[in-house]
Amino acid sequence: MENEAGALSRVAGLFSARGYNIESLTVAPTEDSSLSRLTLVTRGTEEIIEQITKQLHKLIDVVKLMDMTEGPHIEREMMLVKVLAEGDRRNELKRLSDIFRGRIIDVTDKTYTIELTGAGDKLDAFLQTLESSVIVEVVRSGVSGIARGDRALKL
Amino acid sequence: MELTGADIFVRSLDAEGVDYIFGYPGGAVLHIYDALYRQDKVQHILVRHEQAATHAADGYARSSGKPGVVIVTSGPGATNAVTGIATAYMDSIPMVVFTGQVPTHLIGNDAFQEADNIGITRPCVKHNFLVKDVNDLAETIKKAFYVATTGRPGPVVVDIPKDITADKTEFSYPDKVHMRSYNPVLIGHTGQIKRAVSLMQTARRPIFYTGGGVILGNASESLTELAKILNFPVTNTLMGLGAYPATDPQFVGMLGMHGTYEANMAMHHCDVLIAIGARFDDRVTGHIEKFCPHATIVHVDIDPASISKNVKVDVPIVGCVDNVLKVMLNEIKNNDVHSDAVALQEWWQQIDAWRAKDCLKYDHASETIKPQFVVETLYKLTGGDAFITSDVGQHQMWAAQFYKFDKPRRWINSGGLGTMGFGLPAAMGVQFAHPDATVACITGEGSIQMCIQELSTCTQYSLPLKIINLNNGYLGMVRQWQEFFYQKRYAMSYMESLPDFVKLAESYGHVGMQITRPGDVEGALVEMLKLKDRLVFMDFLTDKTENVYPMIPAGGGQNEMILV
Repeated sequence: MENEAGALSRVAGLFSARGYNIESLTVAPTEDSSLSRLTLVTRGTEEIIEQITKQLHKLIDVVKLMDMTEGPHIEREMMLVKVLAEGDRRNELKRLSDIFRGRIIDVTDKTYTIELTGAGDKLDAFLQTLESSVIVEVVRSGVSGIARGDRALKL
Repeated sequence: MELTGADIFVRSLDAEGVDYIFGYPGGAVLHIYDALYRQDKVQHILVRHEQAATHAADGYARSSGKPGVVIVTSGPGATNAVTGIATAYMDSIPMVVFTGQVPTHLIGNDAFQEADNIGITRPCVKHNFLVKDVNDLAETIKKAFYVATTGRPGPVVVDIPKDITADKTEFSYPDKVHMRSYNPVLIGHTGQIKRAVSLMQTARRPIFYTGGGVILGNASESLTELAKILNFPVTNTLMGLGAYPATDPQFVGMLGMHGTYEANMAMHHCDVLIAIGARFDDRVTGHIEKFCPHATIVHVDIDPASISKNVKVDVPIVGCVDNVLKVMLNEIKNNDVHSDAVALQEWWQQIDAWRAKDCLKYDHASETIKPQFVVETLYKLTGGDAFITSDVGQHQMWAAQFYKFDKPRRWINSGGLGTMGFGLPAAMGVQFAHPDATVACITGEGSIQMCIQELSTCTQYSLPLKIINLNNGYLGMVRQWQEFFYQKRYAMSYMESLPDFVKLAESYGHVGMQITRPGDVEGALVEMLKLKDRLVFMDFLTDKTENVYPMIPAGGGQNEMILV
């Protein structure tokens, strides 16, 4: 969409005004500085998804739109988790992080901060393996996506 | 030569061919008002409330086909305009609304008369712009008119901070603008059009269901020609009245909640439904699960999002309505396509049987004035040739049922948003667009009071409007629902302490008349029409408990009408 103030609120406003659900939303400028790319995850029947697609197309700030789920695609989300890592837990948390191919990117004598990238369900699974009492803070980026193969969302 | 933003604004409007701008001054737009004062090409019409500025521009647009133009100041000026903007948005009316804004460096500081005009209007505009640099002003105005008038039309807001109107730059108005993300589809899909035509050929119980899109798309002639060739019945939505001549025998009346019995029954029993420039509004469909159970549905609309939004459509055709209808006509003529005459004869017999119910009948011998009789008499005396605006409620339905519109752009009402207070200011806009025409506002004592202050504007510009106040002392439609569905508990629907409308009209310098007996209705209307140069306020004291029939109750199907 156009990389302009207000473009994002038009999209968000459309979803709230028409009662559609936003599960996650990410947005950032692209290599073309006049454009930004917005990835939004929503759920609905085929009819609702068709309406959402048409309504988004009508927004003048929306330049091009692609439903990723219409073809093979890759979804990734990045998560930062700060955990209490004291005593015996330090080794266990390091091992768990390795199993999920996470990286420990910050360490104090009481905590680890773990970076983890993957599809949403992998991040969910990692959080489930942690005891809730060790979790200090969770930051998730929201889903980014790209089509597999030659298909691309490009002007 | 460098010009200020304010002068660029005025020059841009002139370049767009704007003859009237409806507005109200204030601090943030003073530079613009000064620029308007120093020229004589764009005439400013001073209303008494910003809501009326938007409705007047709306009435101007609906009756002329040209975009309506509005200017209001920041803060309350803009928020007062929102009702009119939302009204135009719901009915897809081309309008450009300029709102003043506090100077750029104060935006976000809770400055005096500051409001987030872009944020407040976002859900009820086709698009809006904040001008942040005087160098962008002319191009933004061009874009605003382009977006408002093309594709599915709608209101566009341009928010202009005060400092932008003082800044200077070279002026040049672009001939055209390109917006990479805005390219309305105009030409319908040929394959789908062929499918539609073949359905028309084999249809046994077809009907055209046509809406405001036919009027906005200037497609009335094509629609009439197509319906005539095929001998199909036509029903119009409230917004579509006039798109097909109401006095034509193939017209079965308006459809929907207060549509005719024959129109709704024909919809319910049809096997092919051809929807053109209509959007399957809930007031049209009744209960969606019961809507047109036997029909294969063709839908022509310029807005893809209107297709299959409420009702799943079998043959979707996205395109400019007039263009699509012309392609259909060519297809029919070139291939010598005929509709099924035998099946249609049977279908028309069925429709005539429904017509025989005479669903719009009312008591002609009543001792009190029947509101239907007033509208019917007005229709007779004006030869069906007046521009009629209305407000919202029972009087609106009676106007729609009893004034037969043979031409498009003659019936001006707030269909989608249902805005009380629309009628009088809209009529002002119509009169500016058509100075010599008879413009009547059919209203009620509830609605008229919502923008009554505009009687003053009418005095200032000598607008000879004819106001038909169907005064039953109640918010009639609310009262009717309370009678039917709330065991006659008339909560807040009785209007106490009404003004003396005759004296009120006179205090503004107009003519007022009160009519209390059925026998005086025609004579009073004749007298009113003779007063060509005066605004005449006709206060008809009508039957207090008359209801609008027929009616599809909420949750009912189109075949489940309450008849009188």
